Amino acid sequence: MLSIRGLHVYYGGIHALRGIDLDVPDGQIISLIGANGAGKSTTLKSIMGLVPKSEGTIMWNEKNITNIHTKEVVGQGIVLCPEGRRVFPDLTVEENLRIGAYLRNDKDGIQKDKDWVYDLFPRMKEREWQLAGTLSGGEQQMLAVGRALMSKPKLLMLDEPSLGLAPLVIKDIFAIIKEIKAAGVNVLLIEQNAKAALEISDYAYVMETGTITMSGPGKELLNDERVKKAYLGE
Amino acid sequence: MNFFVENLPYILAGISVGGQYALIAIGYTMVYGILRLINFAHGDMFMVAGLVMVYIAASVPIYIAIPIVIIFTVILGCTIEVVAYRPLRSAPRMSVMISAIGVSYLLQNTALYVTGGLTQTYPTIPWLAKTVTIMGAHTKMVTLITPVLTILLVIGLVLLIKYTKIGMAMRAVSRDFETSQLMGIDINRVISVTFVIGSFLAAIGSILYFSNYTGVMPTSGSMPGLKAFVAAVFGGIGSIPGAVIGAFIIGICENIIKGMKLTVFSNAFTFVLLIVILMVKPTGLFGEKNIDKV
Repeated sequence: MLSIRGLHVYYGGIHALRGIDLDVPDGQIISLIGANGAGKSTTLKSIMGLVPKSEGTIMWNEKNITNIHTKEVVGQGIVLCPEGRRVFPDLTVEENLRIGAYLRNDKDGIQKDKDWVYDLFPRMKEREWQLAGTLSGGEQQMLAVGRALMSKPKLLMLDEPSLGLAPLVIKDIFAIIKEIKAAGVNVLLIEQNAKAALEISDYAYVMETGTITMSGPGKELLNDERVKKAYLGE
Repeated sequence: MNFFVENLPYILAGISVGGQYALIAIGYTMVYGILRLINFAHGDMFMVAGLVMVYIAASVPIYIAIPIVIIFTVILGCTIEVVAYRPLRSAPRMSVMISAIGVSYLLQNTALYVTGGLTQTYPTIPWLAKTVTIMGAHTKMVTLITPVLTILLVIGLVLLIKYTKIGMAMRAVSRDFETSQLMGIDINRVISVTFVIGSFLAAIGSILYFSNYTGVMPTSGSMPGLKAFVAAVFGGIGSIPGAVIGAFIIGICENIIKGMKLTVFSNAFTFVLLIVILMVKPTGLFGEKNIDKV
């Protein structure tokens, strides 16, 4: 279980996070919705130790991980699948998966997880030896998710996994997210596609200019008048 | 054929010096590939490796001095990275470059202080200095060993980058710092490994180069350093095979020009080549089309 209390972050001279409280309990999909620049990505980056925090704590299973190195955060089983996919274009699909398991040394376990990823995304198996840069946007997103899974995460954070993808592919991606949850991985999801995100979320937070303005079970927020108006375009 | 036979000594010398440039050029190109930094101190490190050999070989046998020089150069390279470049990791690229120029002058001036500006005679390494005759051309053994050793080292390096875990990490880091960190890769460690490899090759290059030219001065690093840099640009900076091919081409052309009794122009040739490349194909032979990070 991840829990964030009173997190403040200054990022590029901006007070990007102004006292965030957020929990990701075990066995759930939690989503974070909100407009561009609300501070969603910054929240995930600060969990990963990529941005310095000025105040607040981040606890992971009773362990304080507020100021530890990114490498150790990954070692703790927390992984971020970054916005815009960011696969390594001149590494092959297989290498991209292998680099996701960079901190692991259990050869058999890595092979098993690679097979699992190929099961989830049969398309990746077909393109195993292709350079990642030659894949389509949707395939790259699948590879990015697969790469994140290769580190054997206990908490998988996805930043805008549906951005720029065709509706059919988005459906696939969301189905996979549910499957990942069923495999026992906690998921923290950032989405602009608020409707799809809320539908699969156990709990969700709404962010506005660096603060959390609303939170509740996904289905509840889906029916909330304010959420409908601001984020669901109804 | 006649031209070939007449110029054989020059061609051999060219291949040899080309291999030496190649060993230096790899250091430039690898550091650029990862940090997007022209490490101006690299040529001076090559000179320092030469001087250290002069002083160490004065007191211990040569076969002990060689590994000491290599280890010293590797430690020097990593120290420069940690002290002069690492603190500037998030600074603008220009600041790191100025820091590199500073280190370059620091090394040159330290060498000037230590040597008093006198040319030091490089120790003779017996099996490198042996004279051999090929098709009537007399030359030193080092001329033959250099290209072979260079090519073996380059093959080793390419395999390392292609097939090992650290090699894969180097390729990833050279593309995208942040995402590499998200994989749990320790960026600083990968950068240190890059400097270890670059310095190691520069040390080998220095042993081969000075065995051929025998004199080491505080400024001995600048000319080979500059030429290796031109070779790296010519091959497409960031590309290892490019740097090697560029270095051999420059080495051979330079010496053929010397063979044509135009020695005064041999240095000018290299820099004219640089100007022409920058005008015609700024990305070099094998350069990345898109240098900017995605």
